[in-house]
Amino acid sequence: MGFHVTNMQLSALFQTWQTNYDIYAPRNFSGGGRFSDTDCIRYGKIDCVDEIVFDKKSEYSFKEILTPISQTLFFFTEGETKEADAPKKGAVIFLRSCDLHALKRLDDMYLHNGPADYYYQRLRENIKIVLMGCAHSFGNCFCVSMGTNVSTNYNMSIDCQPDGTYLVDCKDEAWAQQLEAAETPRLEVIPSHVEENNVTVQIPEHLTAEVAKSTMWNEYDSRCINCGRCNFVCPTCTCFTMQDLFYSENGKVGERRRVWASCMVDGFTDVAGGGSYRKKNGERMRFKVLHKVLDYKQRNGYHMCVGCGRCDDICPEYISFSGCINKLDNAMAEVTEQ
Amino acid sequence: MMKNDYIPFPSKILEVIRHTEIEYTFRMEFQGEVKPGQFFEVSIPKYGEAPISVSGIGENFVDLTIRRVGKVTNEVFERYVGDTLLLRGPYGNGFDVSDYMGKDIIVMAGGTGLSPVCGVVSYFSEHPEQRGHMTLIAGFKTPHDILFRDDLNRWGKNMDVILTVDCAEEDAACHVGLVTQYIPQIKLGDVQNTVAVVVGPPAMMRFSVQGLLGIGLPEENIWISQERKMCCGLGKCGHCKIGDTYVCLDGPVFNYTKGKFLVD
Repeated sequence: MGFHVTNMQLSALFQTWQTNYDIYAPRNFSGGGRFSDTDCIRYGKIDCVDEIVFDKKSEYSFKEILTPISQTLFFFTEGETKEADAPKKGAVIFLRSCDLHALKRLDDMYLHNGPADYYYQRLRENIKIVLMGCAHSFGNCFCVSMGTNVSTNYNMSIDCQPDGTYLVDCKDEAWAQQLEAAETPRLEVIPSHVEENNVTVQIPEHLTAEVAKSTMWNEYDSRCINCGRCNFVCPTCTCFTMQDLFYSENGKVGERRRVWASCMVDGFTDVAGGGSYRKKNGERMRFKVLHKVLDYKQRNGYHMCVGCGRCDDICPEYISFSGCINKLDNAMAEVTEQ
Repeated sequence: MMKNDYIPFPSKILEVIRHTEIEYTFRMEFQGEVKPGQFFEVSIPKYGEAPISVSGIGENFVDLTIRRVGKVTNEVFERYVGDTLLLRGPYGNGFDVSDYMGKDIIVMAGGTGLSPVCGVVSYFSEHPEQRGHMTLIAGFKTPHDILFRDDLNRWGKNMDVILTVDCAEEDAACHVGLVTQYIPQIKLGDVQNTVAVVVGPPAMMRFSVQGLLGIGLPEENIWISQERKMCCGLGKCGHCKIGDTYVCLDGPVFNYTKGKFLVD
């Protein structure tokens, strides 16, 4: 059901949500950038629609709402363990089409790859999705190539109009009733979406793991500095490491956490006794790239990468993930010739 | 109610068997279904978790052979007496002894690689009627590193046990050399009816499998077990992923027809 809503009508809806939900959206963190006097756009709790940044891409994805950077699993108190509480409220999350496709990947990882993950599931069960329309493509986006530019599985969509009003398509019945009751003008609304990106990628049909033998990965041995930022901004990267910590005031009490991990960073594969795998950065790049565009599909039937381009935006060495995908065709030719 | 797989349960240490200075077997209280080659996440609050494979199975216990090489295992050795450890598991697929029944069996193990196959060797040592000829080649660094000495002696009574070390003083009571050197000594019957299990460090596994293929064993008759970092055991943390395979879910035991495609 489509509506043309004003800021005020939307604010009323926000207030209704806030009784049971926290609202998360990309917002500006003034001075929060990685360099001095720069800002950062990333996900945070918001109270009103004005806080949402519509005209830029968020540097980090929404995934930290469902898979927190550091998540306490349980507490130790001497001989006992006590499960960490779930947040009291659910979450209304504003996200773009690529990120909504990424949510499907998080679900498949956490709910269907092995037994369902307790901590993910209890957060996931209580979220609502507001799709932010994309009137135009941002830099480095290649969602069209990855088939993630259109989404329909939202509770509501939102498009910001030049005059400061909003077009929404509301599928949630209770929300629609509230908008109707406020006599909000009705109209047909189709969320805006991108049909063309400046960046396109072509994943070779005949791509196999044999491409690991190509020399194309060598350049990343020196170019990549294994900082792991590409993993941390990626909406589909889900790896974590367990971490125990104990409180300094009372060494008998502590907690076990899981924290984000990166397959690009040293130590990711270390086993006790000194063994490790993929020591070279090129090998790590190959592992990551093939997960996103080859072996995830072998396991789940569709590609992992959603083409948001955040990895390209963030890389301090200007390594292009999309550029790398486009080298795979030549690399396959190279390894099949041998 | 959803099940929280991350919260460990306390398990009493029933007995400690010392093999070497740094390798002990901890007999842990456990009731439930478990297979050789599966693993538990063993943890000590403050020090973290470590995946440890099952080396023995009894009615009310599992044996976990632990080598003192990391943060968690160090702590296990410091404070085990009369104590408990926290466990989660068992995880992974483990060895299916029915795959080897009625066949000639070769087991090649390097170092602590012997511990995940212990259960398989023990089973066929106790049930010799369920198999043909059996050979165990176990390799260690030095005579001081030999694990499961008592078991090796016991197994030797009804199977060929070749015990070898990489280097030793001259008067050592075992062979000196790599496990692969002893492949020619295996009393080989019909290779089609011979199965092999290979577990150990990556290079040892690679060369051992090559050797076994060399004497004519078909790929599908060879099984390997992989060791990887695993933070969850539940297919979530990503550390053990190789290609489209999660070692903790799909392994750690792989038939070689699948295992040969695993490129880290």
